[in-house]
Amino acid sequence: MNLKPKHQRLILAISALIALVGAAMLAMWGLRDRAAYFVTPTDIASGAVEEGEPLRLGGMVEQGSLVQLADGVTLRFIVTDGKQQVETRFRGIPPSLFKEGSGVVAEGRLRGRKFEADNILAKHDERYMPPQLGNSAAEHAAGQTVEK
Amino acid sequence: MIAEAGLAALYLAAALALLQLAVAAIPALADKAVATARPIALAQGLLTCISFLCLLLVFIRTDLSVTLVAANSHSAKPFIYRFAGAWGNHEGSMLLWVTVLALSGALLALLSRRMPERMLSAALGAQAALALGFYAFLLIASNPFARLNPAPLEGQGLNPLLQDPGLAFHPPTLYLGYVGLSVAFSLAVGALITRDVGPALARAMRPWVLGSWIFLTLGIVAGSYWAYYELGWGGWWFWDPVENASLMPWLAATALLHSVSVLASRGGLRTWTMMLAVVAFSMSMVGTFLVRSGILTSVHAFAVDPTRGTFILALLMLYVGGALALFVWRAPTVAEGARFALVSREGALVINNLLLSVILAVVFLGTLYPLMVEAATGEKLSVGPPYFNAVAGPLGLLLLLLLVVGPLLRWRRHDAPIAGKVVPAVLAGLATLVATVILAPGISLMARLGLVAGMALIPASLMPLLGRSLRRTPLATWGMVIAHLGVAISVLGMASDAAFTRERLAAARPGERLELGPWLIDFVSVSPVAGPNWTALEARLRASKGNGTEELHPQARVFTSPLTETSEVAIATTWNGQLYTVLGRKTGDRWQLRLWWKPFVTFIWLGGVLVAFGGFIALAGRGWTNRRNRRRLEEAEL
Repeated sequence: MNLKPKHQRLILAISALIALVGAAMLAMWGLRDRAAYFVTPTDIASGAVEEGEPLRLGGMVEQGSLVQLADGVTLRFIVTDGKQQVETRFRGIPPSLFKEGSGVVAEGRLRGRKFEADNILAKHDERYMPPQLGNSAAEHAAGQTVEK
Repeated sequence: MIAEAGLAALYLAAALALLQLAVAAIPALADKAVATARPIALAQGLLTCISFLCLLLVFIRTDLSVTLVAANSHSAKPFIYRFAGAWGNHEGSMLLWVTVLALSGALLALLSRRMPERMLSAALGAQAALALGFYAFLLIASNPFARLNPAPLEGQGLNPLLQDPGLAFHPPTLYLGYVGLSVAFSLAVGALITRDVGPALARAMRPWVLGSWIFLTLGIVAGSYWAYYELGWGGWWFWDPVENASLMPWLAATALLHSVSVLASRGGLRTWTMMLAVVAFSMSMVGTFLVRSGILTSVHAFAVDPTRGTFILALLMLYVGGALALFVWRAPTVAEGARFALVSREGALVINNLLLSVILAVVFLGTLYPLMVEAATGEKLSVGPPYFNAVAGPLGLLLLLLLVVGPLLRWRRHDAPIAGKVVPAVLAGLATLVATVILAPGISLMARLGLVAGMALIPASLMPLLGRSLRRTPLATWGMVIAHLGVAISVLGMASDAAFTRERLAAARPGERLELGPWLIDFVSVSPVAGPNWTALEARLRASKGNGTEELHPQARVFTSPLTETSEVAIATTWNGQLYTVLGRKTGDRWQLRLWWKPFVTFIWLGGVLVAFGGFIALAGRGWTNRRNRRRLEEAEL
């Protein structure tokens, strides 16, 4: 291959362009399939959420709904966004800021009409609020910032 | 007084940055530009250091009349967290950022005596322009020295998750890496302005890229290990936007590190290297924007002042937009690089750069997509591990494949067959494949491929040493070999963790015995303990494996200020992995225990440290070679 320098530069520029277009297409493919990753109880109630796909469910833990099951390691509670509810089961040790009436983001899958969580995201701050739940709760807590 | 002195130093430094920019911009000063700018840059570095020392002092003394101290500190906090707590908050960490930025500028002025004057002057101007924006950000939107009147009697305390030795190490290291890249950015901007893009520039840029990359690597390794033991989920990487914010500059710096070497030693990849230098520091600023604006769904995101996000975004657009415009304008004038065949070291490095750029692009798009969608449609969504693993995993494997052959190729063009040198890697890979299929048929495809690639890469990374006199091998080559070996070890750790981790979740009474993988774990007791600003319930676990016995004490802690519960994991490390234990809540007369056995998980971080060590060897080797060459030159002149 005895290329002129100009051609070599052109080839490099074109391959860079192809790589970036390829990256964009790859990202679009990945995002189309997996971007509906964060769901609310309303999304689940509308039937738009597929069963068995890995998801994050965000909402509030409904007052009076938290029950420890007999095996000692499974929690059952209701996640609500004020309009709809989803019964959720979580096997594991919840983060300390997890309690009734507080915001929660649970990772897991939908099985039947119930959500099976295998992880509850820890919050670094009690003032944290999932932005998806609107800024109303965050706003009244604002004013001070504590950040990593 | 101390707080006012810190603030005054900051204002002075900002004024000096303006002066430094003017010196570079005024043509009449061109002859004496560097001589004038050098002391200004040094003074700027000194003043920001003074300002940062003032912040440390008010934190150490817990001066509660300073708003930032009152909001983030407490007199009962152990000394190390009063000290490190200075940067465990928004304003303090931005002051650290700016201090490192000014220090980088001072070091650039001090150390670059061999660079063309015009280029150095332009680079110092660019560095001053960067600094100016961030001084403005600090002074206008995030003043760390604001006073509080009346002063409260006690501070609100530091977030307990940050009360960890990791806080003393992780943020400063990461910032050295983030902000060190600003010099590569400024040098690229300077060279584009003065049309000096060439090997001399690359030789000046390389140690900065290497140094920043070493710190970024160490910062990411430290952050990953910190998250691993602090969060108590047993995971080491969560594809959290804040983690991506540190990964993106690292990916760009890794690509830049490889391309700047081609430019320094072979004169090729000129425009591409300039582009990468601009992109790398842009990614640092994007990272700062993501972390400091709190706009993304993240476990690190807190309610913050929206004007700050807007401010950083404006700075980001100004600097990145300006640099890209300059690039587009000047790129056609950059001289042609040296030619090379497709099958050559340069060719492999081009593919390495393309793969790293593609990974960077997909991580970038995945991280910012939710933001763009929300801005455009108001719809809120989040992108998580399923996306990142699916798109970045296979690309990473391709990169590992390239790593097997790339370092074996010759510069310019490669004609000789390399099949013989690839045999050990292929054999190691095949043997691993057969072994895992027979012994562990159930593991996931990605974990299996990771094990195969990691095992193949161990002999492959050592191959460049084959047939050389080890004493005569340049330190730069040693550095490369060590860093690539580190990659292999880290990948093995990741794959082993994914493939072989055993988990047990139980509600147990003291006296019970639990089994997990090769371990027998006796749950002895739970008792209360107390620390300086916390109390805890502590479990005693006695774990035995073969002849060895380990005592573990996982705790459920309650911090008094602010009142917070955290869980402190206990980890037993053996040569072949870690036993990771978490104490949960009490239910009836039983305690929740979550136990993991993670074979070879430590390799993830050991490999990462080895990667950074390889970089250090290469950096040291360069300095040593330079000095030797200079001495020879001087001897020849005599």
